[in-house]
Formats: sequence, structure tokens, C-alpha cells
Amino acid sequence: MAEGWRTHLQQLETLARGQGLDYLPVEFEAVPDSLMMEIAIYGLPVRMPHWSFGVRYIYRLVQHRLGLSRLFEVVFPGNPGRAYLARNNSDAENLLVVAHVLGHADFSSNNLLFRRSASQVGEHIVEQAAAHARQIAAAIEEHGAERVEAVLDAALALEQHVNVDAPLRRPRYATEAVKPGTGSADPFLQRFRALGPDVAAPSRDMRAAARAPVPPHPERDLLWFMAHYAPELEPWERDIFLAVREESFYFYPVFACQIMNEGWASYWHARLLREATFLPQGVYVDAIKCHSDVVRPTATGDRVALDINPYHIGFCLWERIIARQGLEAARTAMRQDDDFAFIRGHLDAELAEELQLFRYKGKPKGPYQVQEADLDALHEAILAPKFGFGAPTVAADRVRVDGTLELVHDHVTDGRGLDAERSSRVLDYLVKVWRRPITLATVNAEGGAFEISAAPA
Amino acid sequence: MTQQTNGDIVSAWYDLFSRGARDWLRHNEKVRDAVREHLPEVVAGADVLSRGTSTVRVPVRMLEHYRFRLRSPDEAAGVGQGAAKPGDQIAPPGDPASGSGQGAGGDDDGGIRFMLEFQVDDIVDWLWEEMQLPNLVNRSGGARDDEWTREGWDRRGPRSRLDRRRSLKESVKRQAAQADGPGFTNDDLRFRQLSRREQPATRAVVFLVLDVSASMSEESRKLAKTFFFWAVQGLRRQYRHLEIVFVAHTTQAWEFPEEEFFQVTGSGGTFMSAAIGKVREIINERYSAARHNLYLFYASDGENSPSDNDAAETGLDGLLGDLQYAGFLEVGSADGPSPSSDIGQLFLRLAGEGRAVGAFRAGGPADIWAAVRHFFGSEHAAA
Repeated sequence: MAEGWRTHLQQLETLARGQGLDYLPVEFEAVPDSLMMEIAIYGLPVRMPHWSFGVRYIYRLVQHRLGLSRLFEVVFPGNPGRAYLARNNSDAENLLVVAHVLGHADFSSNNLLFRRSASQVGEHIVEQAAAHARQIAAAIEEHGAERVEAVLDAALALEQHVNVDAPLRRPRYATEAVKPGTGSADPFLQRFRALGPDVAAPSRDMRAAARAPVPPHPERDLLWFMAHYAPELEPWERDIFLAVREESFYFYPVFACQIMNEGWASYWHARLLREATFLPQGVYVDAIKCHSDVVRPTATGDRVALDINPYHIGFCLWERIIARQGLEAARTAMRQDDDFAFIRGHLDAELAEELQLFRYKGKPKGPYQVQEADLDALHEAILAPKFGFGAPTVAADRVRVDGTLELVHDHVTDGRGLDAERSSRVLDYLVKVWRRPITLATVNAEGGAFEISAAPA
Repeated sequence: MTQQTNGDIVSAWYDLFSRGARDWLRHNEKVRDAVREHLPEVVAGADVLSRGTSTVRVPVRMLEHYRFRLRSPDEAAGVGQGAAKPGDQIAPPGDPASGSGQGAGGDDDGGIRFMLEFQVDDIVDWLWEEMQLPNLVNRSGGARDDEWTREGWDRRGPRSRLDRRRSLKESVKRQAAQADGPGFTNDDLRFRQLSRREQPATRAVVFLVLDVSASMSEESRKLAKTFFFWAVQGLRRQYRHLEIVFVAHTTQAWEFPEEEFFQVTGSGGTFMSAAIGKVREIINERYSAARHNLYLFYASDGENSPSDNDAAETGLDGLLGDLQYAGFLEVGSADGPSPSSDIGQLFLRLAGEGRAVGAFRAGGPADIWAAVRHFFGSEHAAA
């Protein structure tokens, strides 16, 4: 069974291109289950070491042993894209996976969010992440595992706190561009300053500039902010923060387009296999069986489930869009939308009913009450976990004169306060890097103002 | 790429190295460090005394890598799917631990617990470092071990102590000088010499005396048992040969093998003098004070029969001459580290006179460490 799926790879690709899929080349590799699992946990095949990945690894391993989770494919967009297949899966399963991956490749080569991310992060994330891992290994060699781990604890805890709307490489705030000593007598420096637009307002009053608030506005990109404004941050520590941030920029479109992306890939693997006349009958049947497992609703028949299968929702949405509006309209939506636009724009009441989607509410321990059908509320309920990269809205508000960092939590947007215990532990991670006290304003269970703080040891 | 031969897979790097496993090991190391910081509390609760193991199993939770998170909502809400009409009641699924296939690890409640094994020796080392306990010091002068030790060579000696290697060397040396000498002569032979040297004793005997009278509850005995365990570990850290003698008493005293010692229950009153008599008897029979470091730890609720108090005091007084150190642990529910019972008062009085004794009260497992610290950190034990 040595990689029988490869024999049909060329034909599948030709078929896919004939159907209008337009994607950057993809390289396939069959790897053992264990590596598949690790890739899924780390999010990237070679990534920085951190103990928290070990915890996820064990959870996954336990689930895997119990037969609760099964991985079919992991794909990394890029040029070329890289796809990893489970070596132990049957050829039929892997053929399905190949077709699925081609769908993903088409999606990530055309969707705007993905393209923006690729233009910022570059098209070789797998290699870049490996380079980060190597760079961190070098830092461990030089500064010791403890210190590097402290930095990674902080950086990875802020993984989701990036601002993907701002560019990956952002300049520092303008007020900082004027540094004390601008009036230096050095003739070279004077001429150099006279040169460029990167020197802001040379005539500005020095003292006013020094007092200009940092940040000038609440800053959501905590990774960026800490990397550039932490007092006494060492260059190698900054590099780690920026490495984590770069990977976050890469992960964002994957996160923000999950329903669309999986649906699109599922639609295409079904369609490509259906039209792949060159496949032996048996292989086709096996592959389609596997397909129906993947896009199966979480509840069938009279059963009720409290979660949804994004593959199923996405698949059904795309099928319908293509049936009603044609492939071109679907491709336009695929290029322009993310999950927010996709769900709000295309999940209508008719389809919601057909898919038997419902909202529920209730006490935390149940029982839950099924709510009246309300399409807008349903959209928002589906999208609720996806806002802000799935993390609370925490922003850097001010740095005091003594270096104390003030963080604020936007509890109005998030609807409730932060978990005090966890937040305080996060601050403990952060002070080790910020090296000055940090405070975090949020609200308690009663809605009263509540401040968490941490000070360096 | 990989190749396959006969079903055996010739390995790529990922067959040989697992990042997940590496990071998991690192996680465990961190758990170990965390446990180490709370060692006294952790081990005091653990069942350490199961026989025949040199490890302690400690249940731990997985560490969580904290992130900012919203506090748990007062109301659960979400999207479900299936045949449900508005107004239907749905019970939440029974077991949240199984989680969704997608979730990153670290659910708040569904955390997997697992057991970590610690070497008892390591724990004791850590604790002694942590608590900065001085090692108990050997009695100066007194305890000596006379042992034959090898020392030098001689040309004469019994056959059994012939050093063949050394003899051969001598032969080679001689033949180098004597061109045509014989292979071996009697003069080549070298015999190992032994001599008797005095060495500080590295033998210790600890008498663990337990009151098993009716007033001692199961809980008190367990407390005593845990204390004994760690006290013994502390001594074992120092002495290559540590013998433990288990003595239980009510109004009489008996020596027990270890397996039975902690199961013994007795009825009737408490005569401490009986235990002391028994210890005296054992010392006289088996252990000379000159050759051994003798320790005694006595655990009791301290409610000695009033009629026995004088006998106990005389007996203890006599015994202390031979003992390196005697410690009394009062197990009971009363508060505070200072014993209040008759026996406790007796030990305290002797301690006040500058004798090598100590007394401490433990109300629960949490006090065990304070007790160990008290006994092992006390001046007398160290002096």
C-alpha cells in the first residue's frame, strides 16, 4: 500500500484545475499518526518548545488512544503549500484528503484574509516557524531554559492578543521618534536628520515630546507593544515576542475562516471525487463513506446536540450557494468573506431550519432551554467564540512615569469581567518580561470596578 | 522521505524524536519543581508507608498555561443542532471531561490527574536542604567502630591474603635486575596486612516507641506512623547502617516486627516505664552504647497513668545516659506546638535541664513537618 493515493494525484490535480480551482502548488507528505498529532497540536510541524504544548499533547494522546479523535490532514498554505497525510489511513481516505487539501489550497490562495496574511508573514511559514524554533533553541543555549521559558510563558499567553488590522511590521509610535539629544552638535547627525521623513517635527518641544503618553491610544496588540516598549527588554526576548506574533498573524485567517475554509474544502473533495471517473469504484465508495463521516451533523435523527460541526455547516452553505447562485458567485464570496460575513450573509432562516440549528440558554449546569428562532441572534451565537481571535479584549492603556503598565479590559464589549485567578497568573508571567509593576482594570461579578496587579519579584 | 521494507519503516527524523514528548517531559519537570516547593504538605498527606517501596506516589493535576479569560458566565448559552423545538429542555451532557475534539487542553474541570513518583531519598534530601536542618551529629568520642581494615603489605602472611598482582610485579622487577633468575621466589610474595583502626560509628539504632493503649485512636496512630517514617528517613540519610527497633506498649511493652507494629492495638492504661524498661533490656542485650548511636522517638497521647509517672521519670533519666537523643511526639487534637500532658511536661523539664531530649505536639498531618523540623533542628540533636 505504499502511498497508492499518489498514483491518482496528478489526475486529481488536473481535474481540479479544470473545475476552476486556482491554487499555488502543494507538496504532499505521508507521515505517521504520531507526527500528525504533533503537527495538529503545535499548529506547525516544527515550532518552538514550550511545556504547554506537552499538556495538549497528552490530552490529545489520551483522546487518540480512546479513539475519540482522528486526524486526516493538516495543510499549511504557502508557496508551495505543504500538506501532511496520515500514513496509516487507507488509500481511499487519503485520496479524499488529497481532494480536500486541493480545496483548502484553492481557498488559501484566493481568500483575501489569507492573501493579506501571506503578504505580511510570507509564503513559507513552515520554514519560518522552524527558523523561530531554531532561534529559540539558540537562546536556550545562551541564556538557559528557565529564562527563555519565562519569556515564552508571557509571549504565548498573549498569543491571541495581536492586532491583525495593523501591519505585521509596525513602526513605533511617532512621539517616540524624537529622542532627547536631537539638538546634537554632531554635523553628520544634523545633516542626517535634515534628510528624512522618518524624523518627526524636529522643531517640536523636547519636553512635551518626552511627556507624550505611551501608548497614544489603547493598544490591543499587546505582543507588539511589549516587544517595543517594555523597559529593559533584551533583544533576544524581543525576538521571541515578535516570533510568536508573526505566527499569530499566520494563524489568524485559519481561525477566522474555519467554517468557510473547511466547508469549501469539503465541498470540493466531494465534487472532485464524484467527477473523478478514473477512480476504481471501490475506492470511490470508501472515500465517500469517509466524506459523510466528516460532514456529518453533530446530531442526526431525533437526537439533539449542544454543539455544531463546522464542516457540516460550511459544506451545506457552500452547496446551497453554488446551487442557487452559481460557482462564480461562490468564488467571489470565497475570495472576499471571512466567517463573520459568510455566516451573516449566507445563513438564512430557511437553511437554519433545514440544518436544525437552534440557540439554547440556561443555568451553567443545565437544564438548557431552547430559544425562539431568531436568525440574527443565531448568527451572533455561532460567531460569538470567534470575536477578537477568541480572546478577551485587553488593551495597554498607559505607561506611568515609573514604568508601571496599565492594562484595561473592555468589559462592555465582552459582556463580563475577567477570570481574576487566571488573569493574575497571566500578569505574573508578564511582569517577568515587563520588569515593572502591571495593573489590569476589569469588573468583578457584580459589575464593580476591580483591579488586578502584579509586581516584579 | 521514508521507505518501507518488509513492513518495517526506515525512520525519518520524526520516528526518532517527538516534540510533544519532549515538552511533556518538561511539563513534568515543572510539576516536580512545583511539588517540591510544597513538599511538606504534599507528602504529609501521601500514603508513604506502604511497605517495600522507595518511592512516593503523589497525585498531581496538569499545569495550566494561563491566558486571559472571561469569568465563567452566570448563564450558559450556545448553538446546538438537532430535533429541538423552542421551549424544549435539554440536559447538558453528563461528562464534560471528554471535551470537544477541537479544544486545546486545559479545560477547567476536566483536567486529567496523574500520579508522579518521587524517590523517598530525593524527597528527604530536598527537605533537609529546604528546612536547612542540621544533620544529627554523632556523639563525640563515644561511639566507635573497630574494624579490620587493609593496610600495607608484608612478606609473610597467611596464604589467603596473598596479593597475586603485587607479587607478580615484585617478580617482574626482580627478573629485570637478575637476568637469569627463577620465575618466582618466596621473596617475591606479598601479603596484605590488616590492622585495627578506630573509626567513628556509622551504625545507628532508632527505637520507635508507640503507645497503643486504648486512648490512642486510629488517627493518632497514623500520625505517629507518618512521623516515624520521616524521622527514620532523616536518620537513614546519615547512617549507613540503621537498625530500627519497634516497641509498642500499654501497661506492658513488646517488641514487634515492622509489618505488625502499626497494626497493633492494645487495651488498658499507659505505663511509659514499661516501654523504657523494654528499651533498656534490648540495649543491654543487643546494642552497646559504645558502638552505636542510639535514638529514641516516642509517640503517645501522653496520658500516662499517674501512678507510673515517677517510675517513668527515673527510667527515662537512666536511659538518657546511653541515648544520643530522645524525642517525644504528643499526638492529640489540642492546639499549639507545646505538649501539655504529663509525659510531655517530663520531657520539657528534662530539655530545660539541658538534656538531649525534645518534645513536640502534632494535631494533624500538617504538623508532621514542624515536628521533624523541631527534633532535627534542635540544638541538642545537633550539638
